[in-house]
Amino acid sequence: MQLRELAHARTGDKGNLSQISVIAYEPGDYAYLAEHVTAERVRAHFAAIAPGEVTRYELPGLGALNFVIQNALGGGVTRSLSLDAHGKSLSSVLLELDIPDRQGRKEALLF
Amino acid sequence: MKTIRIGSGAGYSGDRIEPAVELAERGNISYLGFECLAERTIALAQAERLRDPEAGFDPLLVARMEAVLRPCAANGVRIITNMGAANPTGAAKATAEVARRLGLPGLRIAAVTGDDVLAEVQGGDYPLLERPGTVASLGDSTRSANAYMGLAPIVDALRGGADVVITGRVGDPALFMAPLVHEFGWAMDDWDRLGKGAVVGHLLECAGQVTGGYFADPGYKDVTDLARLGFPIAEVSEDGSAIITKVEGSGGRIRVATCKEQLLYELLDPTAYLQPDVIADFSSVRFAEVAPDRVAVSGGGGRPRPDTLKVSVGYLDSYIGEGQISYVGPGAVARGRLALDIVAERLQLTGVRTSELRLELIGVDAVYKGSGVARAEPGEIRIRVVGRTENMAEAIRIGNEVETLYTNGPAGGGGAFKQARQVVAVVSTLVPQDMVRPAVSYEVS
Repeated sequence: MQLRELAHARTGDKGNLSQISVIAYEPGDYAYLAEHVTAERVRAHFAAIAPGEVTRYELPGLGALNFVIQNALGGGVTRSLSLDAHGKSLSSVLLELDIPDRQGRKEALLF
Repeated sequence: MKTIRIGSGAGYSGDRIEPAVELAERGNISYLGFECLAERTIALAQAERLRDPEAGFDPLLVARMEAVLRPCAANGVRIITNMGAANPTGAAKATAEVARRLGLPGLRIAAVTGDDVLAEVQGGDYPLLERPGTVASLGDSTRSANAYMGLAPIVDALRGGADVVITGRVGDPALFMAPLVHEFGWAMDDWDRLGKGAVVGHLLECAGQVTGGYFADPGYKDVTDLARLGFPIAEVSEDGSAIITKVEGSGGRIRVATCKEQLLYELLDPTAYLQPDVIADFSSVRFAEVAPDRVAVSGGGGRPRPDTLKVSVGYLDSYIGEGQISYVGPGAVARGRLALDIVAERLQLTGVRTSELRLELIGVDAVYKGSGVARAEPGEIRIRVVGRTENMAEAIRIGNEVETLYTNGPAGGGGAFKQARQVVAVVSTLVPQDMVRPAVSYEVS
């Protein structure tokens, strides 16, 4: 399944860093996300698009993970040649990440 | 228990204007903040001010003030904004003129200055944060240097009776933290409350991004009535806890999920959100929906502020030239690729020098790069050629080589577009807090 089935995401930028939050729709899925959406998997997922070191911060109380990708924005928002200089679309790219099917997940998507 | 209601009237310089009017008229708020200053805006505004000493503030300042001054004056709503950009004093004068024109005499408008540290840092050995080098290494290309100031001068202005406070560069959350410190008398070393105030400020600073804007994903996250999106109100208690809400009947939705997305927006380490007044810890923040469109915010905290202030340094970096043209129908991708090959060869043949060049297909690989090519082929694409050059003449030639595909390139190219611009880029450095000396002056309408 795609990560999109379990989580929503938003991208922010700081200089040449991209930051992507991944937030579980259901808090009960947090541990599953923490197991499968690792910094290494995110780095590999973005290898062609934003190749940079990835740091993961864990926010179990919010059911969220926060990823920071170094050197992701083509030299920084203010000088980047990218169509999407802020990297705003990277959150949607991350939601395509394949994760193992979740057994017993509630069908309804909640927000 | 005393609570303060603070509205957020803009999340960026070009934001919608009516939601702020709605807040001023029907929000039952005491303060209305407008965060309108992107990183490089000051550098561009500085150049404008050099051309015209009266200019250099936000281009929408007058339009926003014309829209909100009357309802704010009628309802006792005090305005706090960073729309001063490179010229807060000029912005205060312009606002006083708007007030006079609207027949609102006696409005007290404060200008907060002191963020401009260009003279102090230019040519100095201040290391850049984003890459090797110092401010000195930018040489003559440096155009602006503005420190992110804290909330103290805004509080001074409020104590001084300002109805409107206009700043240049301050930490974005400070626009919303200042009224809390002013109203509740929080101590400037009450790190826990200041940290909680930073949480509130951060939730508000992007306006519609917490009320359902920038959130909708049909079938997954549906949001009603985004064309009439209501902007947020924080109802803050003395202990720093808050309710995030909006004007009843306005569009959008406030849910725990919208608040979580905004809390984490542009956050790096959630335990260390660096602000001029506090290092805030967002990791302990919790949200609970207590009623429709009312989300309670609790937790969060802080520890002593950094010894340094971040400074954004604007400098002339390079030139960027760009061209785009569309191809549609059978073979669109193949014609697009042929077009890119032609432009690449033309740039070489005509000796256009680029230090960076991108040749991409919007619809295939403009964002996805190499990982986008394996997908199903789209029926319409747009080629995009963009390059970095050392001068404007060469930047212009990039767009021209795309445009000439009309009559010289593959079949069916349409909708060509080109642009060339000088790039004012921004890097950061740190300066000691005591280098920055904020000052407040007043205009009265």
